[in-house]
Amino acid sequence: MNFQHRHVLGIKQFNATELNFILDTAESFKEINTRKIKKVPTLRGKTIINLFFEASTRTRTSFEIAGKRLSADTVNISGSSSSVVKGETLEDTARNIEAMHPDIIVMRHGASGAADYLAKRMSCAVVNAGDGTHEHPSQALLDSFTIRQHKGKIAGLKVAIVGDITHSRVVRSNIDCLNKLGADVWLSGPKTMLPPGIERLGCKLAPSLAAAITDADVVMMLRIQRERQGKTLIPSLREYSRYFGLNEFNLKLARPDAIVMHPGPMNRGVEISSAVADGPQNVILDQVENGVAVRMALLYLAAGGENLVED
Amino acid sequence: MAIETTEILDRSSVQRALTRIAHEILEHNKGTENLVLIGIRTGGDYLAAQLQKIIAEIEGDKVPLGTIDITMYRDDLGSRSDLAMGQTDIRFPLGDRKVILVDDVLFTGRTIRAAMDALIDLGRPRNIQLAILVDRGHRELPIRPDYIGRNLPTARNEQIEVEFNDQHIPVGVSLIK
Repeated sequence: MNFQHRHVLGIKQFNATELNFILDTAESFKEINTRKIKKVPTLRGKTIINLFFEASTRTRTSFEIAGKRLSADTVNISGSSSSVVKGETLEDTARNIEAMHPDIIVMRHGASGAADYLAKRMSCAVVNAGDGTHEHPSQALLDSFTIRQHKGKIAGLKVAIVGDITHSRVVRSNIDCLNKLGADVWLSGPKTMLPPGIERLGCKLAPSLAAAITDADVVMMLRIQRERQGKTLIPSLREYSRYFGLNEFNLKLARPDAIVMHPGPMNRGVEISSAVADGPQNVILDQVENGVAVRMALLYLAAGGENLVED
Repeated sequence: MAIETTEILDRSSVQRALTRIAHEILEHNKGTENLVLIGIRTGGDYLAAQLQKIIAEIEGDKVPLGTIDITMYRDDLGSRSDLAMGQTDIRFPLGDRKVILVDDVLFTGRTIRAAMDALIDLGRPRNIQLAILVDRGHRELPIRPDYIGRNLPTARNEQIEVEFNDQHIPVGVSLIK
């Protein structure tokens, strides 16, 4: 396969063959993470800048470890410790970073479309680590990778995604990714957290949590953003938990071999009960583990595309 | 320009060459103790499997078999259009083993350099020996094979192709001009 992408901005830019190619590449890198010496020289001499304007532990650490295991030099810049707080614009920050000749910039930003904006203005490769409520391609890919690992396939599976659909970039990337790979995607959440017209992305709206998870092969729970929308869009966390929380009782509606996923960080007792989060069907830590392999694949492909023209 | 294909080795010549290599490996290592076979993807892994079979027929011992993918260790990332990557599959420790590294064609030696780096990242073998079906010359690194199926002087622009059937059994070697 000929992979012809300079940047990784969203799932939108890839077709099914390319998505499978990324997952296969990640499969090759997965083995390195279990070695005694967890390092290969693939990206030796490359500089990767992790530019995180929004708080993130998992994704940033995962990208940093991925870069380091490929022998790249990784530098982290977070929004709160940079000149952004002094009023510098994104474009100026980016230009200054570019002047130091990085090969890849991995960026998380609160504004939807920030990664595309940056990619158009930079000569290095840009990898989107989450932009506003738009896309989070590496999360969707690691989710698909984890589903494939446990189910052996993605096509034909029923995947239920439950929670705050409106504010989730993870959902948008996942719907697109899972659709392209042939899954049957069902959504459920409070009406206040379901954007009108979301079905046009190619998923089905379930009338209730029960309808969404009945006979599901995969149940993906989303985080209620307690610090933000959680306060005004739902009457109370207890009520949310009662109608949209996953527990050991309603999980019985799903197929007996269903897997439970969560992109983290979890609110135990809100969207997911501890019994399920720690139960035999959870693959939440597999998701984190696979995240490193998937991000190694993305960095490798972004670095390998340096001779390509712009997308 | 017309493409001209000349058959260098047929199926039975390849088998004879591999049988001889198997005997040489056993002679040189005085048996199969601590011996492991590692084939380089793709081509070398199939030949390594053949050698494992032949050695088992001779000695009655099944030597551990692994495959290695060297894409991560290549020195030409960025000048390649194909970024596909295979998987390394070695399910035994390499520490103190005598490793027979197997590849189909030896050319510049860069693949072997990468494979040796990859092996050493996985453990510390006692030694690494190199078995090659066809040595076509044009080395760019100080690398020499220990076991050679056939020496074949070639021009730089020629190509050597080792063909395998669906069962991954080598059926011939051709020179393409």
